[in-house]
Amino acid sequence: MSDTTQSGPVMAADGTPLKRSLNRALRRQKNRALMLIAPLLLFVLVTFILPIGDMLFRSVENQIVSETLPRTVVALESWDATSGETPDEAVYAALAIDLQIAAEAKLHTRVGSRLNYEKPGISSLFRKAGRQVKKWDVENDGPYKERFLELHKGWGDPDVWSTIQTYSPKFTNGYFLNSADLKKGADGPEWRPEDEQIYWLLLKRTMFMSMAITLSCIALAYPVAWILANLPARTSNMLMILVLLPFWTSLLVRTSAWKVMLQQQGVINDTLVWLGLVGDDARLAMINNQFGTIVTMTHILLPFMILPMFSVMKTIQPTYLRAAKSLGATNWTAFWRVYFPQSVPGIGAGSILVFILSIGYYITPELVGGTKGVFISNRIAYHISTSLNWGLAAALGAILLALVLVLYWAYDKIVGIDNVKLG
Amino acid sequence: MKLTKLSALVASTALCAPMAMAQDMANELTIVSWGGSYSASQKNAYHDPYTAMTGVKIINDESSAEAVAKLRAMNEAGNVTWDVVDVVASDAMRLCDEGLAEEIDHDADLAPAPDGTPASEDFGDLLVSECFVPQIVYSTTFGYRTDLVGDTPPTSVCAIFDLEAYPGKRSLQKRPIDNMEWALYCDGVAKDEIYDVLSTPEGVTRGLDKLATIKDNVVWWSAGAETPQLLADGEVVMGSTFNGRLFSAIAEQNQPIGMLWDMQSFDLDGWIIPTGLSPERKARAMDYLRFATDTQRLADQAKYISYGPARASSAPLVGKHAELGIEMAPHMPTDPANSANVHSYDYEWWADNRDDLNAKFQAWLAK
Repeated sequence: MSDTTQSGPVMAADGTPLKRSLNRALRRQKNRALMLIAPLLLFVLVTFILPIGDMLFRSVENQIVSETLPRTVVALESWDATSGETPDEAVYAALAIDLQIAAEAKLHTRVGSRLNYEKPGISSLFRKAGRQVKKWDVENDGPYKERFLELHKGWGDPDVWSTIQTYSPKFTNGYFLNSADLKKGADGPEWRPEDEQIYWLLLKRTMFMSMAITLSCIALAYPVAWILANLPARTSNMLMILVLLPFWTSLLVRTSAWKVMLQQQGVINDTLVWLGLVGDDARLAMINNQFGTIVTMTHILLPFMILPMFSVMKTIQPTYLRAAKSLGATNWTAFWRVYFPQSVPGIGAGSILVFILSIGYYITPELVGGTKGVFISNRIAYHISTSLNWGLAAALGAILLALVLVLYWAYDKIVGIDNVKLG
Repeated sequence: MKLTKLSALVASTALCAPMAMAQDMANELTIVSWGGSYSASQKNAYHDPYTAMTGVKIINDESSAEAVAKLRAMNEAGNVTWDVVDVVASDAMRLCDEGLAEEIDHDADLAPAPDGTPASEDFGDLLVSECFVPQIVYSTTFGYRTDLVGDTPPTSVCAIFDLEAYPGKRSLQKRPIDNMEWALYCDGVAKDEIYDVLSTPEGVTRGLDKLATIKDNVVWWSAGAETPQLLADGEVVMGSTFNGRLFSAIAEQNQPIGMLWDMQSFDLDGWIIPTGLSPERKARAMDYLRFATDTQRLADQAKYISYGPARASSAPLVGKHAELGIEMAPHMPTDPANSANVHSYDYEWWADNRDDLNAKFQAWLAK
């Protein structure tokens, strides 16, 4: 009896306090679980989180100016950009030294390209100067101001110097401003020239078209999913294959097939002309525009809508509908008041999938979108592989990422993410 | 910068181990080019004979369209996996300026002509950059559907702007280069003043306005194979593309397509060697380069594709098509009959103004 009334910690069989023993067992279990998921964690970290972090970092990083032109940046600090005058000789002398070192290392064109994003024309100033400065004796060849002005009168433009000054800090919001059609002015952000504004337009178009694609997917997928869910298993499995076959076919094959179908000398136009619905000289333009992109992407993304809808509808008991009808509901009321609300989680899941996938699409719009049907992701691809403005691409990517997160949050608030069912 | 370095380190440790092994194991060269019939002509003329001679295995990569971006990325990551890269002249100049391509001593590193003329004289003006070894002269020019233009096939490049005489769609490359020059030329600007006009904001507007007159009738392409396809389908009446692609559509596939050589835009294509290779790999790449750019090899390539060899000494050796047996000379952009009115586009001007004009052009396209 006295054993049970003993005060102090409860002991385990081996004499250690039970609490510690339990903790140890729990920790061991946690460690084991961690070890099991460690490969995945490492994989995600190395291939996903780090690159994304690196990409996001590039959208604000701007060390190239201060690293390549260190002396010039320091010398420029005392210069007043609003004075409307060119900087003094000391700045030009510093530039001569910096530029000579940079030209040796072949870095001067990169600074030039970087600054050219902000003020067109700077790139050629740096290229031309770099070629000449290499030959100068930078110790005693002064005065440099005159020599630079001889090379190109652009070196006497205060705007060029204020651009260098504005972009000398190590970090910048310039890329983000650029992706909103803005630029850094003398006093705060200002609009870019009208003939260079493009990103707001593209962003609005991307949102509008993704929405249109999502809606047309819902409209087409709902009846299909309903039929699949309500047919006997054998027939529905057969039909399911018809849904999955295109899903397993290569994206490029499907896109090219649509090209063949929709083009002016294509199958659909030929049929319409043969039926006499349109004249031979008035064939419909259905590709290389928004319409082509919406049709093709709806087809490509349709399975992502059908599958979640199907799996949700599969779980809705047919007895509910029968019960509603036996209580006097019309077909429509039974569907709208009883069946539809239960299928909403499927629509939600499908819409999230389709919408987020289509915001980021770029291969299909590139192939069938012409100029009016391209998305903002086509610009990201363009800046990554053609114009090499990686900072701007990163900023656009970051904006797109933020947009998706905001939409996800809004969706969670309105529909509730718990209501989404993928199966 | 810290984050960049860290992720580069992690990525390189993860990737380096298997790659280093693969490179030690085999005697290989990775050669990057444009794919399609062009890569095939290089395989026949250069790669196969070189492999037969030295036993070096050649891996063909077809990423030349993104070569500048990829080389830059490889250079930043410190892991260059390409040995020899085929690029157009302007990209070669860009890579050279940025220090991403090796400088080449043309006389010492390349084979002289059979009569002993040093390589630098044999290539002549085509050596536009010290990092670049030209292979071919090609041109961007127009093809048209012979059955859709009626009895009056176009003879001038300005036919593309004439919607009345030649109704229907046209295909143009999705970039300002060449299109702006053609637009200004057809708007009445003299050929030698095109770049002066284009250097002013009014000139740019003028060019874009001229293009706007046909904007609704243009299919914009980004891959060279698109125009021959569009012409074959009858989707477009006429379209610009590389002359070799039109040649294979006409001569090899018998499509009803005609060539319009007026104002064809000359350009060069050739090799560069990326910087950052190990000494052994660099030596092997240089050895390949010396072999692949000698007089006979360049003439051989013309048996498979209608691009003019870049060496003067190769021109007399250009013979018949390897399979069709037709004379190749009349199909070359450099043939006198074809080059009556050529447009040589200004690399330097475009190197300096490309970014600005691209921004305006792309915004114009999107609206």
